[in-house]
Amino acid sequence: MVLIGVGGSPDAVAVHADRLWQAVLAGDEYRAIDTVLGALAEGVEPEAILLDVVGATQRRVGHEWSLNRISVAQEHAATAINERAIAHLATRLPRPEVTGAHVTVACVDGEWHALPARLLAEVLTLRGFRVDYLGAQVPTPHLITHLHRSSPDLVALSGSLPTRLPVAHATISACQSAGVPVIVGGAAFGSHGRWAARLGAQAWAPTARAAADRLVEPLPRPPAAHEPIDDLPHLLDQEYTMVTRGSAGLVRAVMAGLEERIPAMRAYTDLQRQHTAEDVAHTVDFLGSALYIDDAVLFLDYVTWTAQILEARLVPARSLVPAMDLLSDRLRDFPRALGMLDRATALLEPAQR
Amino acid sequence: MKTQPAPLAAASATLGAGWDAAPVAAVAVAADGRVLDINRAARAVLPAVEPGDQLSVGAPGWLSAADSVVRSGEPVGDVAGVAGSQSFDAHPVAAADGSVMWWLEETTRLRASQEALRLERESTAFLHAASDALLSSLNASRTMEVAAELAVSRLADAAWVIAPVARGVHQAVQCLHGERPRALTLRIRAEDIPGLAEALQGFPPVPSRWIDPAGLEPWIVPDGFGEAGPMVVTSLPGHGVPAGALVLLRRADRVAFSEDEEAVARLFASRVGAALAAARLFEQQSAITDVLTSQLLPPALRRSRGIDFAGVYRPAQETARLGGDFYDVHETEDGGTLALLGDVCGQGLEAAVLTGKIRNTMQALLPLAGDHGRVLALLNAALIGAGETRFASLVLASALREDDGLRLRLTRAGHLPPLVVRADGRVEELLGRGPVVGVLDEPEFETLEVRLEPGETCLLYTDGVVEARGGPMGGELFGEERLHLLLSECGGLPAEAVVERVVMLATQWLEGPEHDDIAVLAITAPRVWS
Repeated sequence: MVLIGVGGSPDAVAVHADRLWQAVLAGDEYRAIDTVLGALAEGVEPEAILLDVVGATQRRVGHEWSLNRISVAQEHAATAINERAIAHLATRLPRPEVTGAHVTVACVDGEWHALPARLLAEVLTLRGFRVDYLGAQVPTPHLITHLHRSSPDLVALSGSLPTRLPVAHATISACQSAGVPVIVGGAAFGSHGRWAARLGAQAWAPTARAAADRLVEPLPRPPAAHEPIDDLPHLLDQEYTMVTRGSAGLVRAVMAGLEERIPAMRAYTDLQRQHTAEDVAHTVDFLGSALYIDDAVLFLDYVTWTAQILEARLVPARSLVPAMDLLSDRLRDFPRALGMLDRATALLEPAQR
Repeated sequence: MKTQPAPLAAASATLGAGWDAAPVAAVAVAADGRVLDINRAARAVLPAVEPGDQLSVGAPGWLSAADSVVRSGEPVGDVAGVAGSQSFDAHPVAAADGSVMWWLEETTRLRASQEALRLERESTAFLHAASDALLSSLNASRTMEVAAELAVSRLADAAWVIAPVARGVHQAVQCLHGERPRALTLRIRAEDIPGLAEALQGFPPVPSRWIDPAGLEPWIVPDGFGEAGPMVVTSLPGHGVPAGALVLLRRADRVAFSEDEEAVARLFASRVGAALAAARLFEQQSAITDVLTSQLLPPALRRSRGIDFAGVYRPAQETARLGGDFYDVHETEDGGTLALLGDVCGQGLEAAVLTGKIRNTMQALLPLAGDHGRVLALLNAALIGAGETRFASLVLASALREDDGLRLRLTRAGHLPPLVVRADGRVEELLGRGPVVGVLDEPEFETLEVRLEPGETCLLYTDGVVEARGGPMGGELFGEERLHLLLSECGGLPAEAVVERVVMLATQWLEGPEHDDIAVLAITAPRVWS
């Protein structure tokens, strides 16, 4: 039983989290650092500072952004300040003797949200694991070299973007072919980690705490002589390959079609046109990922979310349905893609009446 | 003297003379289970079967059991078994009177070759799986663990993989059947285990040694193993490098290693040896590479002399980790800092080596940092004097705290102009003149001065950012306009957030994995806090 100081009660933790939120919102690095160090001095459990103060603040940053209450720039600033606060906190945290497994913590390549992985690395260190934290922007070849050199017991892979799932799968397979099992976590892997098993991960954890609990027991060894295609036999239909390879052409075709159907678009500035093209490209990315994992839910979640984001920004989602329609025109020969686009249209149409 | 029962003569009479001389063993059994007759071939293999007796008296259990089933009228499947030292398939032929004729087809050699084939297949499957598992890792410790685990999965009850001596000790892995391998450090004399010293010499390969378990060193028998029986020590031949030894142990109640098993063990050992040697070679080479590349990697940046710095580097060749872009931040004698960022023509290791030379030269020239033109002229002369055929572009930025802001001196040597991001989001380009270094004999450089207020950033970057090709419609350059636009949203951001945003948008712009080296460095005046 761990004794919790007065400053560590759930209410107090919420107060610290709110203070940190105010500090990162103001871009006030020093106040942010003072807040987390203050919480430590008041006896809040280090794990609670990491997850319920810093982690909760970071979640709030993402939520406020999605409601258009803070700008992208503020989001970046807040994240940078949170990172610095953790860096300061980490130097003050106890470093218990290593009793647990040797874990390499990394982000899926191309992933920019390093904070969840960083928090996991700190929590695992607190729990007595031996941790190598590689962070974000680690190309898979470096990760593999690292595995061969340091031979960890497992890799903990963090991913927040479902569009990176194909890369995540390649990374998981590469780790396993080096004989190292993988636990995955983060929003990329879907609610309840529904896509983790499909990508062949040995385990999935919803939170850093759950991951630390799970890793007390060793992960099963990855199967030997495993072919990644065995995980996803539907890829043989080539739909994913064709959609992703032709993505720029798809976007061009959809843009041309939208300008024909929505007269207002013809008056768009270059920047507005670029933003619309980026939205369409994003849609194609998500469609590709949904085809890769063979789950329409991935695409439908994205479409729902996008409609909400657009609404929060007071941008009518009127281009979404025609975009689905135009994509369907171009993807006539791809039954899985067509099915997903049809379901997305059905989802969007009631909202647009 | 036995009395011959009456039916025998009748049976012999029906069966005729050819029956007795038939080359296949045959036994005739009456409906009541008594043996009616037995031919010569059958007498040789079933010497205890006597006509007139119940079949069960002299026949092997498997045959008389099958016989009762047939006589009861039930169908009987394939019947096979051993008699004496031979194996047989038995085929019953039932007659209308309820008697049964058993034909015994000898299958000894067929069975033996089938068994040999099965063992061979199992061995091949084992060796195949072993190769897969062993090839998966290039880490010597893990390879030893995998080898020990594989060995107990088929060859032995316990196994040791013992590495050659290094710094006075042997690294080793021990594994018991059904358990996880354990890594241990052994302080032993290999000579004390018969055969171990020879096996550890690795090359030339020494034959496996059969060792009497009596009088073994006690450590070799794992705790809880019980009494040790047969043991074999096999060398792990590497690529001309001693890779270690494999020790296989069986419990006292287990049969000794057969010749075939010993052969499989040797084949297994050669795979383990090759994998271990490759892993050790990789470890040595990557250790060397790490030492060398660590000198060439860009430094980790943080606050220096009260000024915030942040940098991100993404080399074009991801496996090399190095490329032709570089940056550095030094503290200078005037209490400020000198930052530099540049680009050597070319990519990969050759370019990286030149970046190392430039960074070293710049470090040596630090005392002259007050005069950028002179520093660059000396660098230029050093490159030309060294016969370097490549050239480089770079920017020097000296920063000094001034009140609550920064005073910056910037000099461009053929590089993209630095950008200043004002707190209100305005973006200014600093266009001083100056050629690339390493080409002209007497280059001249222009140094500009600019002041950064709290929260303002000066961004240095290489052409990999603006020349990123892709975008949602494909084939478009990221371009300076887009860079300026995104920077206009970065007023007042911390240095890390600015570089992260620039590199994120530039790399997301890319169509495929191919890109030029990308380096971005931000110099930021910290915001003053209330």
